[in-house]
Amino acid sequence: MAPPDAKTKIALELNGEAVEVAFAPHKTLLEVVREDLGLTGTKHGCELGECGTCTVLLDGTPVLSCLVLGLACAGRRVKTVEGMAERGTLHPLQEAFAELGAAQCGYCTPAFLLAAEALLAATACPSRDEIKQALSGNLCRCTGYLKIYEAVELAAARMRGEDAQPAPETLYGVR
Amino acid sequence: MASVKQPTPFRVVGKAHRKVDATAKVTGVTRFADDLFLPRMLFAKLLRSPHPHARIVSIDTSKASALPGVKATLTGKDLPIPFGILPVSQDEHALALDKVRFVGDPVAAVAATSEEAATEALDLITVEYEVLRPFPDALDAVEHPEPTIHDYADAGNIHKLIDLEFGDVEATFAQADLVREDLFFFEGNTHLPMEQHAAVADWSTDGKLTLWSATQTPHYVHRALAKVLELPAARIRVIACPNGGAFGGKSDPFSHEIVVAKLAMITGRPVKITLTREEVFYCHRGRHPTLMWVKTGVTQDGAITGMHFKSLLDGGGYGSYGVASTYYTGALQTVTYHVPRYKFQGARAFTNKPPCGPKRGHGTPQPRFALEVHLDKIAEQLGMDPAELRLKHLVPPNSLTANWLRIGTMGLGPCIEKVVRGSEWNQRFKQLPYGKGIGLACSSYITGAGLPIYWNAMPHSGVQLKCDRGGGVTVFCGSTEIGQGSDSILATIVAEVLGLHPFDIAVVTGDTDLTPVDLGSYSSRVTLMTGNAAIQAAERARDVIALHAGKKLETPIERVTFAEGRVFDVQDPERGLTFAEAVQLAEAAEGTIGTVGSYTPAPSAGKYRGAGVGPSPAYSYSACVAEVDVDPATGIVRVPKIWIAHDVGRAINATTVMGQIEGSVYMGLGEALMEEMAYRGNRNVVHKIPSLLEYKSPTTLEMCDVVTYVVEDPDPNGPFGAKECGQGPLLPVPPAVANAVYDAVGVRIDEVPITPEKVFKALRRKEKGEPPRFGPAAFPDIPWPAPTRVPPPWEGGDGKAVPLTPGASPGIPIGSHPGLGPGVRKR
Repeated sequence: MAPPDAKTKIALELNGEAVEVAFAPHKTLLEVVREDLGLTGTKHGCELGECGTCTVLLDGTPVLSCLVLGLACAGRRVKTVEGMAERGTLHPLQEAFAELGAAQCGYCTPAFLLAAEALLAATACPSRDEIKQALSGNLCRCTGYLKIYEAVELAAARMRGEDAQPAPETLYGVR
Repeated sequence: MASVKQPTPFRVVGKAHRKVDATAKVTGVTRFADDLFLPRMLFAKLLRSPHPHARIVSIDTSKASALPGVKATLTGKDLPIPFGILPVSQDEHALALDKVRFVGDPVAAVAATSEEAATEALDLITVEYEVLRPFPDALDAVEHPEPTIHDYADAGNIHKLIDLEFGDVEATFAQADLVREDLFFFEGNTHLPMEQHAAVADWSTDGKLTLWSATQTPHYVHRALAKVLELPAARIRVIACPNGGAFGGKSDPFSHEIVVAKLAMITGRPVKITLTREEVFYCHRGRHPTLMWVKTGVTQDGAITGMHFKSLLDGGGYGSYGVASTYYTGALQTVTYHVPRYKFQGARAFTNKPPCGPKRGHGTPQPRFALEVHLDKIAEQLGMDPAELRLKHLVPPNSLTANWLRIGTMGLGPCIEKVVRGSEWNQRFKQLPYGKGIGLACSSYITGAGLPIYWNAMPHSGVQLKCDRGGGVTVFCGSTEIGQGSDSILATIVAEVLGLHPFDIAVVTGDTDLTPVDLGSYSSRVTLMTGNAAIQAAERARDVIALHAGKKLETPIERVTFAEGRVFDVQDPERGLTFAEAVQLAEAAEGTIGTVGSYTPAPSAGKYRGAGVGPSPAYSYSACVAEVDVDPATGIVRVPKIWIAHDVGRAINATTVMGQIEGSVYMGLGEALMEEMAYRGNRNVVHKIPSLLEYKSPTTLEMCDVVTYVVEDPDPNGPFGAKECGQGPLLPVPPAVANAVYDAVGVRIDEVPITPEKVFKALRRKEKGEPPRFGPAAFPDIPWPAPTRVPPPWEGGDGKAVPLTPGASPGIPIGSHPGLGPGVRKR
């Protein structure tokens, strides 16, 4: 019998590409992505499923990658922050987060981006309350979330084809 | 050399820019410390104490060392030299030498080929402890001087005692129309950065050590490593990785940083450690739980005649920044409203909990909470509007305070006016239905500590600047990007001076091999200090380039202007060169174009012992109105909206200013309503809730709407007039919420956080006809030392302490000297 930590190989779709990866079977998706696939854009804040920082999309749905076994992802679609920009062009969410300062330290940012992408895939024109609900499983200690909401709204408008620009008080406050 | 004119208005400064590292952060490319993987890297783990207070009798690591995959083990004997952030409290060891002082104190370390093996090895280390009496809180430590937690302290288990007197306050109480005393308690809370601390060390066989770490203070880590490892500092390179949030929690040198360095030296292999979230709670260095007593005399129109403030801080197991924190609980009471005479007594106790230190606002949110709620009560007693009371007695700009702090610009008045107008204060205060309320509070914060942590005469910030013949410019500075945008500040300022775009500037920061010293990202010092150093370096480069561009253009140097990537004659803009061409001319004539800039704050006005904490080149000001909904049935407080106005002097980058203000409001809201470091005092002083789930912090569902007013009143000491904005706006939020709760349901919650239980209990007391309040009942007797007496500037002082001569207190010249202001008169 193979030792308990003998590597197991699985195939999955990672950021639109077919990949194979071998890892010890106890490893979480978070560990597989960061350590075995080398994509360190996915972060961790607790590794206990409490903070949302390790969010990735599994078959389009946000999951806490620290609570998903790597083995459970065989044959499935995984999307990480590295898969958001296409051919050197930022995703509208990434563009809006950068523009409004919705990423301060940037540590929770990949998770917020992916959770927001899942929201916008389901709801093209979310209300502020829908945004809050969709992002309520993700903690951010820098921004107070406000610029994140505004960035999601800005990106959503642009993805709907609107020529949206941030309001002056978003950028400069009330003067 | 004639100076080149700065084009006005600003082309870059003050605009909303995306940060220079924004793209890296939204694409996940930013490399945090735990993202580093080096070939042959080992993983380290720390064994931590299960006891709050115990003597170590013996440690046996032999079984752990024998485990397959384990490459080295360490105990305190391997790293016997003490360290600590402050020279006066070098009381930490990388691994406990003879005693443990809190549950979680590191005792031993393992390096192994995998995290799993290292973790398994920890279980094989046996430690024999002799358990000592634990001290769960500051009151217990004050009451029981034995057994001592440390072998040094001002008295028993009281680490630090301070007694400062700026004039005879007792005499002013006798003359006041109203004298009020209040007690407050501010519970401890922690930074909770999303990134767990991590560090990677690499040892080269030629005797060089490299440490990558999630640190806000690479320079201080550099010094601690050199001391503990007994290596020449020149052989140590500390690289501060971008911090995934810090808020003060990554500004001490830490055990784990020293341990991985030592393990790398022993094994000859790179060693990484990433703390678990539970361990991050044990690193702590967060807000000191602080008990406060304040007594203030006022005249009928609300002018303060004198103030006496006492604080007792629960320091936890080690010194950390605690001596400075203790002084800070008394330093800034005088910089908002005029206080003609002031007395401060502060004490910090050692206890058996994770050490407290500097969290955003460092030692000042606690007294600010006390002062602003105290003033709210005074205003009510006087029948004055709280906003009016504050506006009438503001500290004047360009003045000295009773404790010898030098105020420059002072924008609190406009801040108050903006939040009062925006929140419709005059139509709503005391006029909302039961359960709804609004409250107001103000604050101030330093823009950089006036003194360094270890005494020296060198600059606090240094910048080197390299101009490339291709037209690019690289800024080298020891500052540390912790998310606040310090890299962007450097790029923006250099771009402004040299007429470039911030993205033309390459920024190299936080690397002790490459960058000149900046003391670190703490005390809201970075924009002002690195900014001034960057201006100096950039202006020196500009002057050299202008000299040679002027010759080529046959234009007087004073007309040579830098803008839009060009260098041209301001009177004939067509007549010009590209910036790259201008650099090439200068380089051909002068050789490599590189300049330096430095910044050292002016000496402080106070010359007494303790005068080192509080002085700053500039003070920022904030005013806040909070709106609350209180459910009387449950005591649950919800905050739908906050109006915040902040006097930032000048915004260098509008985007980051907004982010810092909103983020400060968020963190203040968390402290006001829910955040607390809670321990089981009766059960071994175990942390109740060392997890992100149980340590409550605001999610998207608790965060309020924020209306932000940016007030710009450029300060001559700030770069282009800038003051801080990353800490100050946190301070008024907890007292504004407390004052709003009183407006909503008529109970005073004199304790932070304002949890439903406390509101509910206060409401019950109100129903029973008892005092409608929740808060502490007494301040303990403290063996205060003889006071340091320093006459205020308006009582003939020179900033120095005067000898103690009992009974020689001067008369009370109230109303007879200008320092008291027009509103104060003898009655």
